[in-house]
Amino acid sequence: MSAQAAVTAKPRGAQRAMRFVLPVIVFAAGILAWELMVRIKDIPPYVLPAPSVIVLTLIKDWAVLSQSLATTLLTTLEGFAAASIGGIALALLFNQSKWVEYSLFPYAIVLQVTPVIAIAPLLLIYLEQQTAVVVCAFIVAFFPVLSNTTLGLNSVDRNLAGLFQLYGASKPQTLRFLKLPAALPYILGGLRIAGGLSLIGAVVAEIAAGTAGAGSGLAYRIAESGYRLNIPRMFAALLLLSLAGIVIYGVLAVVSHLVLRRWHESALGKEN
Amino acid sequence: MSSGKTSSAADAGLTHLAVSLRGVTKTYDNGVMALGPFDLTVRKGEFISLLGPSGCGKSTVLRLIAELSAPSSGIVRVAHHEGVVQPGHGIGFVFQEPTLMPWTSVRENVRLPLKLAGVPKAEARGRADAALASVGLADFADAFPRELSGGMKMRVSLARALVTDPDILLMDEPFAALDEITRFRLNNDLLALWRSLGKTVIFVTHSVFESVYLSQRVVVMTARPGRIQADIRIETVEPRSETFRTSAAYSDYCRKVSAALAPSYSGQSTL
Repeated sequence: MSAQAAVTAKPRGAQRAMRFVLPVIVFAAGILAWELMVRIKDIPPYVLPAPSVIVLTLIKDWAVLSQSLATTLLTTLEGFAAASIGGIALALLFNQSKWVEYSLFPYAIVLQVTPVIAIAPLLLIYLEQQTAVVVCAFIVAFFPVLSNTTLGLNSVDRNLAGLFQLYGASKPQTLRFLKLPAALPYILGGLRIAGGLSLIGAVVAEIAAGTAGAGSGLAYRIAESGYRLNIPRMFAALLLLSLAGIVIYGVLAVVSHLVLRRWHESALGKEN
Repeated sequence: MSSGKTSSAADAGLTHLAVSLRGVTKTYDNGVMALGPFDLTVRKGEFISLLGPSGCGKSTVLRLIAELSAPSSGIVRVAHHEGVVQPGHGIGFVFQEPTLMPWTSVRENVRLPLKLAGVPKAEARGRADAALASVGLADFADAFPRELSGGMKMRVSLARALVTDPDILLMDEPFAALDEITRFRLNNDLLALWRSLGKTVIFVTHSVFESVYLSQRVVVMTARPGRIQADIRIETVEPRSETFRTSAAYSDYCRKVSAALAPSYSGQSTL
């Protein structure tokens, strides 16, 4: 029995390793092909810089780029925080009163379906630049939090709700011990989407602000490098943005897993 | 029905009524008349079963007694023991599903009614553990509901209903979703608990055999709107055990109850 178990366990372990090894191989092969193509065809860096040049630029320009990265990350974080708090708070408000929900929900949708790139220039006129950029990140990110939290709060098991009623639970008790825990997987799902979206919102607003002639975030660096034909720096900034997006998603995924691992199907191993 | 004799375990408070329903009807918002008029009296310490076709309003009766819904007309009286402030505190409810909170431990699930009533944490934990011990799950206090089998989840649900030490236990087809072997075991455990704790139990079921095995009185209901078709007293040697399940008296009672139930199904050919 144990020998058989070992036999079946081995391919499973190999399969798991392959899930990490294969993308790495593809990545390495892609980078190598890129590097070789640039060198063999002697492509100038202002058309397509080699990966090695991008990395060197990243190191050389680190002082400027790290500053910009910090700016963009701060904007993203502020937008994300505002979207999380605002989205959850509004969903709770909707849940307490149908009238509030009927009155406000259409406007939340309007805010969601209007492209933020079209609103950004207006916001930049009326608001201080830093505030406008954060508001853009907020607008893009808050809707998934709102709609997911609303869905979660409405998904409470009917019998459990009856049980709370039976034992005379007050409204705050029902919210704290029943509705919020039941909605937690949905809220975390919304936050995971919102993390990536707030980065997008911040970048979009920075580009809009950049063309207006101000700003120092990564997106502004990309636009600026474009005007100056500093393509290696453009790529370096893009690389940083991409990494930032991956880290944000990764952190939120880990948080979600840690919070839900003991009870929610989404966080449990498939073999259970 | 003759008043008959009841088991000695339930002798205390026999003169008092636990629940009485007088001319109770229930009409839902969509105009469907679910119940009544319905009259029922249950004495303290009695174990009665409500038996009837699906949709006959059995669960509605429990929800009315638990004050989870209000009657359209008639009077529902429930005897609360003195000192009860919180509504529903004197009542334990076991649903058809275990209805456990998946995000917290078994102990926290059982402690919930006490937590909602503001019982201090240390005391509540002790009472939750005692309730878990009474259903034989003392070792599983720290487990999460998803780690338990269907029968164990139902025991947790029972422990939660018992943790407030209610006078009345309402059970809404609690074992319907379980396999027969598990159901028989839980039937015996429930009878043992009832004998030792002396609670009033109102047990809703659609199983003739289960109702006869468990209860002192089987109340057979008609199809919607639910009324009382028959009120049959089950008398046998207490305490009941597996030998009762195979006795001639048991099959006689089952036949009698089935016969009382038959007219309820006559107009239900569409089901």
